[in-house]
Amino acid sequence: MAEISLQNVVKRYGKTEVVHGINLDIAHNEFVVLVGPSGCGKSTTLRMIAGLEDITDGSVSIGSEVVNDLPPRKRNISMVFQNYALYPHMSVRENLGFGLKIAKQSEAEITQRVNEAADILGLDELMDRTPAELSGGQRQRVAMGRAIVRHPEAFLFDEPLSNLDAKLRVQMRTEIKKLHQTVKTTVVYVTHDQVEAMTLADRIVVMKDGYIEQVGTPMQVFNHPVNTFVASFIGSPPMNLLPAVIRDGAVVFSDGNTLPVPARLKDLVSEGQKVIFGLRADDLTPVGHGITSGGESAQLTLDIVLSEPLGTETILYTTIAGNEAQGKMFGPRDVAPGESMTFDVALDKAHIFDAATGASVRVH
Amino acid sequence: MANKRPPFWQREKYTPYLLLLPAILTILFVVLLPLIFSLYTSFTGYRLIRPETLWQWVGLRNYQRIFNDGDFWVAFGRTILFLTIALNLEFLLGLGIALLINKITWGQRTLRTIMMFPMMFSPILVGYQFKFVFNDNIGILNNALQALGLSDGAIPWLVDEFLANFAIIFAEVWMSTSVFAILLLAGLFAMPRDPLEAAKVDGCNSWQVFRHITLPFLMPFVFIAMTIRSLDVARAYDIVDVMTGGGPAGRTELLWTLIARTGYDNARMGQANAMAYVSILLSIAFTYYFFTKLLAARKYMGGAE
Repeated sequence: MAEISLQNVVKRYGKTEVVHGINLDIAHNEFVVLVGPSGCGKSTTLRMIAGLEDITDGSVSIGSEVVNDLPPRKRNISMVFQNYALYPHMSVRENLGFGLKIAKQSEAEITQRVNEAADILGLDELMDRTPAELSGGQRQRVAMGRAIVRHPEAFLFDEPLSNLDAKLRVQMRTEIKKLHQTVKTTVVYVTHDQVEAMTLADRIVVMKDGYIEQVGTPMQVFNHPVNTFVASFIGSPPMNLLPAVIRDGAVVFSDGNTLPVPARLKDLVSEGQKVIFGLRADDLTPVGHGITSGGESAQLTLDIVLSEPLGTETILYTTIAGNEAQGKMFGPRDVAPGESMTFDVALDKAHIFDAATGASVRVH
Repeated sequence: MANKRPPFWQREKYTPYLLLLPAILTILFVVLLPLIFSLYTSFTGYRLIRPETLWQWVGLRNYQRIFNDGDFWVAFGRTILFLTIALNLEFLLGLGIALLINKITWGQRTLRTIMMFPMMFSPILVGYQFKFVFNDNIGILNNALQALGLSDGAIPWLVDEFLANFAIIFAEVWMSTSVFAILLLAGLFAMPRDPLEAAKVDGCNSWQVFRHITLPFLMPFVFIAMTIRSLDVARAYDIVDVMTGGGPAGRTELLWTLIARTGYDNARMGQANAMAYVSILLSIAFTYYFFTKLLAARKYMGGAE
């Protein structure tokens, strides 16, 4: 159990630089999720922490020790892989105990720790099977068990749920969260799924193209995205991003629709500034079908293009100045395409980004 | 008109057999009949130069003779020894080569092709080549040793019992190591990378990763290679016959050189066939052994039952 620290970590393959000097401090027992689209360098970063990739530049330390030149086996970390990576020729019991056997632990100690892990993960029935005889979910549990028996300084998860079907994924997600609460260890978890990131993380690290875009708690990242990338990546459906211009203290869209600049952002925008107005679907709701926060709001009348009923809510597709926007209707009724509806816009939840840089106007 | 039954070859029930007939006939004439014939002759005193002896039934006499024949059992033992040494050497060398080639990042294809060169030669030619290499007068090996001052006399490579057997095994290993190398390389290519990385994170050093993960994964490939090669080596004849002819004085006699000598040189075909049937047991035993191992090794791979 230890903190992990990355200082200016760079990874280059030949001349291609894939991770551009990232800094990250992970606290003791913290659950940190690296999230981003494929190719953003999140897995590479994780593998550098594990020691499976060389660190081109900068330093990685686990505990207080710089581990750049230590092989994986000396870093005292456990890793759970996307493809489970179980040892096919060993039974579940042997898979679990393998690391301990290599570490020359006593037979009694191995048995005790393996049984303990099996208890936590509900593997007791499966101990004598081989990986080929297990389902995907069971294999993933064994992989996790193999990680916890070693009582490592930190757990590294590399997209552990992406090979599972949707239902199992949700179930295993809960199990991972429970596991972290039981065994209390530093966790670094890589995923491309923002829902996993939101639900599991103490802190989310959003990455793109080898850079860290934002670090924060799930709610910080959700409520205060620093730029349009984070805004569109975190949250489902993605945040509506609508180009507009600031004129006379109002956000003016190219179709003439206007919204007042939210009071808290008033001083941060300048007259004539080209901006991107960000609004989540939850904050664009037909009058009478929203979740009233009682905050600052405005109204827009929009034509419905399409509606997707989900039961408790309906996603409404509309357009603002030619850009697709999604709204949500809570307590839904039937909506016909082409219908014109008046929407409440929760201005206190809206975001404004600079159109040129994509950065939130709240960040300087 | 009464519904006349079609002739039997047009009835649906017989169609499969009719279609299989060419194959059945071929196997019958090419494999089964000779097999039965040779089995029959092993119970006769058949001599090639006296055809009438084909009808001379001697019962189990040929087999009884084998059991009292010291030369046969020496050849039998030597074949097993030869098989064991050659297979293990080929396995170890092949594994080494495969592991090395697996490591390099370019030129793999070229090396794989080069590696197959020895397999492209007829064993007879390999035999001649090594007969020349090991020849005590004009052989390149003795010449080289003398030129380098490592030896002053002519080493009798193909005459001394130990050296002659060594020379033959050397030729055999030279020719066939690549079978192991290629099969094991295929195994290494097919090997998933994740368990190797998992083992590294689990605390293994390189040797432990190899010992506990790579090697078990390769074992099915090893057993396939062993099965094929054990059949090959158990019937070894050509290299030996060319290099030493089983001599001198039977010092390099293997089962099949002995059987060929008995059958053709001495014309005692009945006796030779009896020996062949006993020898086949050896091949069957090895094949059975390696197949059992193979199935056991493949089970956990989720492959065969």
